[in-house]
Amino acid sequence: MKANMKTAKSKKLIDNRTFISFVILIIALIVINFTDNDYIKRITSLCGIYVILGLSMQLINGFTGLFSLGHAGFMAIGAYTVAILTIAPEDKVMNFFMKPILPFLANVEWWFFPSLIMAGIIAGVFGFLIGAPVLRLTDDYLAIATLGFAEIIRVVFTNTQSLTNGALGLKAIPNNTNVLWSWAMAFITIGFMVFLMKGSYGKAFKAIREDEIAARSMGINLFRHKVMSFTFSAFLAGVAGGLMASLLGTIDPNMFRITLTFNILLIMVLGGLGNIKGTVISAIIVTAAMEVLRFLDESINLGFIQLEGIPGMRMVIFSMILMAVVIFRKDRLLKGN
Amino acid sequence: MRIMLKIENMTMKFGGVIAANNFNANIEKGRIVGLIGPNGAGKTTIFNVVTGVYMPTEGRVIFNPDDREHVISGLRPDEIAKLGVCRTFQNIRLFKDLSVLDNVFIGNHLRIESNVFSSILRLPGYIKEEKEILKKSLYLLERVGLLQEKDEKAHSLPYGKQRRLEIARALATNPRLLLLDEPAAGMNPQESRELMQFILDIKDEFDLTIFLIEHHMEVVMGICEEIFVLDHGELIAQGNPEAIQNNQRVVEAYLGVE
Ligand SMILES: Nc1ncnc2c1ncn2[C@@H]1O[C@H](COP(=O)(O)OP(=O)(O)OP(=O)(O)O)[C@@H](O)[C@H]1O
Ligand SMILES: [Mg+2]
Repeated sequence: MKANMKTAKSKKLIDNRTFISFVILIIALIVINFTDNDYIKRITSLCGIYVILGLSMQLINGFTGLFSLGHAGFMAIGAYTVAILTIAPEDKVMNFFMKPILPFLANVEWWFFPSLIMAGIIAGVFGFLIGAPVLRLTDDYLAIATLGFAEIIRVVFTNTQSLTNGALGLKAIPNNTNVLWSWAMAFITIGFMVFLMKGSYGKAFKAIREDEIAARSMGINLFRHKVMSFTFSAFLAGVAGGLMASLLGTIDPNMFRITLTFNILLIMVLGGLGNIKGTVISAIIVTAAMEVLRFLDESINLGFIQLEGIPGMRMVIFSMILMAVVIFRKDRLLKGN
Repeated sequence: MRIMLKIENMTMKFGGVIAANNFNANIEKGRIVGLIGPNGAGKTTIFNVVTGVYMPTEGRVIFNPDDREHVISGLRPDEIAKLGVCRTFQNIRLFKDLSVLDNVFIGNHLRIESNVFSSILRLPGYIKEEKEILKKSLYLLERVGLLQEKDEKAHSLPYGKQRRLEIARALATNPRLLLLDEPAAGMNPQESRELMQFILDIKDEFDLTIFLIEHHMEVVMGICEEIFVLDHGELIAQGNPEAIQNNQRVVEAYLGVE
């Protein structure tokens, strides 16, 4: 018994290698934060946002085993929340020239942090509300229903002129998101996930993923736990959407298409289902690669010959990577946790 | 003696198949009761009805853990487990990719009082609960002889140990009534003998009532005080081991005499 206590104690939350990578990451972030290369800073901020998104997807899909594809919808809700709450009243007038914004929103101008939290809360509330009906569905139907939800949000936002400014989108969103903000939120998310999954509730989520019939026979209320996981996941996606809106400065409904969810899915699959560390790494790599491979979509001038760019080529490459990973690493994918 | 579980006029139909027909049983508190019968007789179906996997087509199930009767037919499996009925599965259903310890840990989750936020923030109330859960889980693992393997993945265990892990996980839920679906399946005679002693021990230690399905007759005859015999969904005999062994209908059912 005594020997046991000892091994239990010496088993730390993170191993040495993880700790060193963590320190290197922090140093890199600090260095980047103090350079004046805006391009690098922007990509680094984006990496932090995708870390949050990857973990949010991991929570619902990788840990709870629910195939949910609603991320773009929750991000849209978060992005619009931050935009509407932070855009200065005079800029709102400028934005909403077709049809004025709803009167009670015309004069709001919140600080960034409460707006971000609000973005998470509103997305979480939507997650809770749509979770109640869709989480009773089995896997394939759940994927379709959540996908449908994201599309509905996009269409609704295109048509609610006095709330979202419709297809024109919103401009002049204050650029609060920087390396510090996005990575502070990313680290909070990492901590949230690590502690959630270490605790009893996180283990219950994994039990549901492993075997629903056994889980409910052990007294786990499937529906309650699924809704919980789904709501948390939506909250995180909402916060990430808010950060993204503030990073880009302009948003419109068409940003939040299924391809956005697809990118997050790619991050999750590359990171390994149920693998937190892997997800952080793959979020950074995939986001950076998306930027680096941007040239594929543009025309390339090789000096003697001008190659026409093929829009969407990047996504083709990424889809192929995803397929390759799924085919060749199938066994390892499921052993991440 | 108090009746712990009462199954009243229970019929379970699957389309045209009548898996259990007008089944009645009273299980007394503190007993080990057997349920036997040829393959496809409807034994597992009865367990599934008791644990809420199926809603019976007719009849009802009443559970009485502490002088308060609960009609449990119609409740969800997790609600029934919370009241104190837990089970193991004929085709082992462990959380395969999780560690042996986590499997038992999860068995405790239904009794947790802290909410999810105190688990994430690791507030003192939660830490205290988690410590107790860990202590209890390690004790149960020691009890089933799996302490050495606590960090291994459940699926990597040999068959016999997986069965014992399922029992440990079920015990973690603090059941009053424990349903064991073929606990000795795949065990050699030596292991079955150990299992019999183990079942007797846990019954006393955890103050359990045990209802078990088993094909190994030496196990059933050795530890059950009362036995129900099922054939084609019908109860054909009921009584103590001697009476069952000498019952003509039982012998015929097992020998396949028409
Ligand atoms: N979900 C179901 N749907 C349809 N038929 C079912 C279902 N569950 C059980 N049955 C049928 O009910 C009958 C009884 O099955 P059950 O599993 O209860 O038998 P058993 O006595 O446990 O047999 P075994 O000893 O082989 O485990 C069988 O004919 C089976 O095919
Ligand atoms: Mg059976």
